[in-house]
Amino acid sequence: MSHLLVALRKDLLLQWRGRAQMVAIFAFGAAALLLFSFAIGPDSLALRQHAAGFLWLALLLASTLSLAESFEREMEEQALEGLLLLPANARALYYGKAIANWAQLALLGSALVPVMVILYDAGTIRLFALFGVILLGAAGLSAPGTLYAAMTAQIRGRQTLLPLLLFPLVVPVLLAAVKATSLLILGDPMGQVRPWATLLGAFAVVQWSVGGLLFDRVVED
Amino acid sequence: MIAIAAAGVSRRYGRRWALTNVGFEVPEGALVMVTGRNGSGKTTLLRVLATALRPDMGTVRILGNDVGREREQVRRDTALLGHRTHLYEPLTALENLAVAARFLGADAGRPALLARLEEVGLGDRADDFVQTFSAGMRQRLALARTLQQDPRVVLLDEPYGHLDPPGFLLVDGLLQRLRRDGVTVLMATHLVARGRKLCDRGLVLEAGRLVFSGSVAEMPQTDADAPGFAEGA
Repeated sequence: MSHLLVALRKDLLLQWRGRAQMVAIFAFGAAALLLFSFAIGPDSLALRQHAAGFLWLALLLASTLSLAESFEREMEEQALEGLLLLPANARALYYGKAIANWAQLALLGSALVPVMVILYDAGTIRLFALFGVILLGAAGLSAPGTLYAAMTAQIRGRQTLLPLLLFPLVVPVLLAAVKATSLLILGDPMGQVRPWATLLGAFAVVQWSVGGLLFDRVVED
Repeated sequence: MIAIAAAGVSRRYGRRWALTNVGFEVPEGALVMVTGRNGSGKTTLLRVLATALRPDMGTVRILGNDVGREREQVRRDTALLGHRTHLYEPLTALENLAVAARFLGADAGRPALLARLEEVGLGDRADDFVQTFSAGMRQRLALARTLQQDPRVVLLDEPYGHLDPPGFLLVDGLLQRLRRDGVTVLMATHLVARGRKLCDRGLVLEAGRLVFSGSVAEMPQTDADAPGFAEGA
């Protein structure tokens, strides 16, 4: 547990030091939302109907940048290897990094919500529920994303490989997150948000468990 | 007691063997120079001993513990200074040492870490970011971080790399201190004349094979012994 807290503290500090990069990633996500809105055109109903899908697509695309970035700092001077040789617990290193990435993605998703509201006229009064869905969706993205970012960090062409590996794996997360967000924006007369959120939570539990089990195999020789 | 016992160690990258059937023993407290040309396998050997790489064949025991099966214990006993510094560039010198200290469960307070930095001549740069450091300063900080572990076996890969003449003397001093403390040191270096003065034993690698293992006095002449080879201070 203490190694997990040390790892988390280290990763949050590294993220704070790289906050300029975070602003750039947010700008990327906002630009993606803007471009998607051009594809729909001025039809306000269609914009509202597609808002949730585009929000999650923007977050998914932006996440590949932030996840890859989180391991660049570990690989520059083989700092991660240095921690493993101390020896630091590999599982603690994974969960520290994954929690920090989760927080970053949740923040990024939350920051993109006002952009979505402005561009797609797609607001909701159920803000807490929306942020809950973003938290669960971000958890489902960050756990496998952290694992695959570690796997591809030392490979040439990692910027291409990471999305290739990650996207198929997070399709269920994306579907559930889009559905739940869409229901919150367009109305939920049948009370379907909760089952979709439960599904998101279940995916997250599975992804976080598998990530913790596999991480040391990924980073050790 | 034997600190390092390697037998039949081989390691390959793809189809190329970097180490072939390397075997030697190092008694506890010995200071050993590992030398050989570029690509002779010095770095691979040190990385295998440090558990950063697994050997494809052979066994290595550090203080009686197998590097494959008892990796955690080997890592607790061993510290590696590699070609890469293991530092986080966006963190300050002090923060880098603090991260390692917290993982080690050691004192991560500012006074204790400042003392470590003073030891390597970086006391006045404690709050500067590593990304602003020169290569020599990074090497000094990496040395401080390596010795933070208080290891019983220290593996140094080119510890004099990037250092200025005072830095050479600093490493000499650290090696002498480690010897006094009974720490076993394996140092890969091209500075053979310096190694002959400081070390008790030598290992010479050639194309991944161990061609000499014994006292430095009996060590054969190498390219680095040739007249005109500059060693710095």
